[in-house]
Amino acid sequence: MMDKPLTALLQPNGMPLDITGYEHAGGYQPLRKALKMAPEAIIAEVKRSRLRGRGGGGFSTGRKWEAVPQGEGSPSQRYLVVNGDEMEPGSFKDRLLFEQTPHQMIEAVIISAFAIQASIAYIFVRGEYVLSMERLNRAAAEAKARGYLGANILGSGFGLTIHVHASGGRYICGESSSLLTALEGRRPIPRSRPPRSAQSGLWGKPSVVNNVETLCNVPHIVERGADWFLSLSLGADGGTKLYGMSGRVKRPGLWELPLGTTLVELLEEHAGGMQEGYECRAVLPGGASTSFIMRDDFDVAMDFTSVQRVGSSVGTGNIMVLDNRRCPVGMLRNLEHFFAQESCGFCTPCRDGLPWVERILAAIEAGEGHMDDLDTLGRHVKFLGPNCTFCDLAPGAMQPLASGLKYFRAEFEQHIREKCCPWHDTEEHWA
Amino acid sequence: MSTAEQTPAPDAPLEAALREDIIALAHHAEYKRAAGTDALKLVQKRFGYVSDRHLSEVAALLEMTPAELDAVATFYNLIFRRPVGRHVILLCDSVACWVMGAGAARAQIRDRLGIKPGETTADGRFTLLPIVCLGHCDHAPAMMVDDDQHGNLNAATLDAILEQYR
Ligand SMILES: Cc1cc2nc3c(=O)[nH]c(=O)nc-3n(C[C@H](O)[C@H](O)[C@H](O)COP(=O)(O)O)c2cc1C
Ligand code: SF4
Ligand code: FES
Repeated sequence: MMDKPLTALLQPNGMPLDITGYEHAGGYQPLRKALKMAPEAIIAEVKRSRLRGRGGGGFSTGRKWEAVPQGEGSPSQRYLVVNGDEMEPGSFKDRLLFEQTPHQMIEAVIISAFAIQASIAYIFVRGEYVLSMERLNRAAAEAKARGYLGANILGSGFGLTIHVHASGGRYICGESSSLLTALEGRRPIPRSRPPRSAQSGLWGKPSVVNNVETLCNVPHIVERGADWFLSLSLGADGGTKLYGMSGRVKRPGLWELPLGTTLVELLEEHAGGMQEGYECRAVLPGGASTSFIMRDDFDVAMDFTSVQRVGSSVGTGNIMVLDNRRCPVGMLRNLEHFFAQESCGFCTPCRDGLPWVERILAAIEAGEGHMDDLDTLGRHVKFLGPNCTFCDLAPGAMQPLASGLKYFRAEFEQHIREKCCPWHDTEEHWA
Repeated sequence: MSTAEQTPAPDAPLEAALREDIIALAHHAEYKRAAGTDALKLVQKRFGYVSDRHLSEVAALLEMTPAELDAVATFYNLIFRRPVGRHVILLCDSVACWVMGAGAARAQIRDRLGIKPGETTADGRFTLLPIVCLGHCDHAPAMMVDDDQHGNLNAATLDAILEQYR
């Protein structure tokens, strides 16, 4: 059977294992092993496993950890921060790990904190994930009662405190530097870099921010080694991936599969294909900040490099399907509304440009667009692109727009020519 | 259950017990201001929203100016700076729910309760607010009412869910 380390302990009833159940299933053994290793050895193993960040960026976890200053003369206070903001539209994977495997999360945090020698860890959870926070807090309390948390964990001399923080709710908090500012109790706008968080992060101390799914892999890498982790994947980078799918498919859901599973397999086998009467036109492969992939490219392997070759990115690996009964212009209007609303407002191109984009898209959808609006949209794609704004929110917002302008040009022009939406107003009716 | 009788007036000072809770939060945080969102949420739990008066009181406890704390409070989707109804409906308006019929859910709420996003029913029972993707996309369309998550909304389930909140 295929190894599914992240989801092996999911229970049919959706309830998480308590600490006794988790220990019986082998839980907290990786922690015991890790505490006997040198922290640098853990970092080296994680680096060799080619674990790449599951939060969207795909950065090498081992390399990120290596950048934390260690040893003589380095600041003694360091922080590990888990990014569980998960507000990227279409993404619902981290919630599953929080709700159904909270002990895996806690164990992952302890081992990862040990690797970078952080004595305080924050789990930053989006405020709406009430159940996640309940279960994480319970798991942390159970772990503390068993001596896995607190001062001098299992007699190792290493101590750790975990805080579960409920976000006030804003997409920009997921951006790693804003997240740190949010934790400090300030208005969470992104920070300029350099310095990198690894040098100067939370309260100016070395800090590592990692995604929930990224870290949940760590205990398994420690337990079973980098070679095993590499063997799980179909491509060059290690591990499985929590792929998900939403939209008019027969079985929307989440599946843990080898990294590099193809899009067509996800759609046809795991999601069961499209519902009766619907056709799949395109997908956003990994959230709102990724580019459309069209049917011709559905044989693409959903790994970091392959998806880039078809002009998009894996993002969160949670895929949204655009079907033939929904208007692509309407979908883009919905997406850009999200980005315009969630812009933090700090830099001008994003603060002013995104609402402008939304207004143009709304006008085109309503049949009030002009052909030169398409040029204006194209200009925004350029001026809100990479390196033109203070953070990656705006370039992310341009991903679906740029690809949408390219692939749905005919639909845009049809709206403008016919002065109406060819799909008409189906939005207010249940399908 | 109606909480209307138990909710104190928004211009009443924070009770001693609530002030103690906020002081404890600040004490546990590494720096007092880091307890800001948690403190505001406590106030909101008690009063339904954060009034100007309460914002100033919390700011003083955290050794911040009211303007500093308001810069945080006004930034967040889940901190309400104006009164809300007894129950808050957070209806997801992001893309997976849009594909699956969030617009129909919004229209049905408008028809049943007479409110659009941002509005409160005349009897103070519900406030409807839009919210971004709730991480429930495989059960779209989705919404929250207070702390409860609801998915797979359709014409029938939506009415039944609303009925649960009085
Ligand atoms: C606007 C914006 C929102 C983001 N939201 C999230 C998020 O909710 N969760 C997440 O893990 N990463 C998010 N990221 C990416 C983080 O900045 C960061 O790259 C990530 O947490 C690093 O973790 P990883 O290396 O384990 O992927 C976001 C980035 C941007 C620009
Ligand atoms: S790009 Fe947008 S979200 Fe990022 S700093 Fe600028 S205004 Fe804020
Ligand atoms: S888009 Fe509505 S829950 Fe994700």
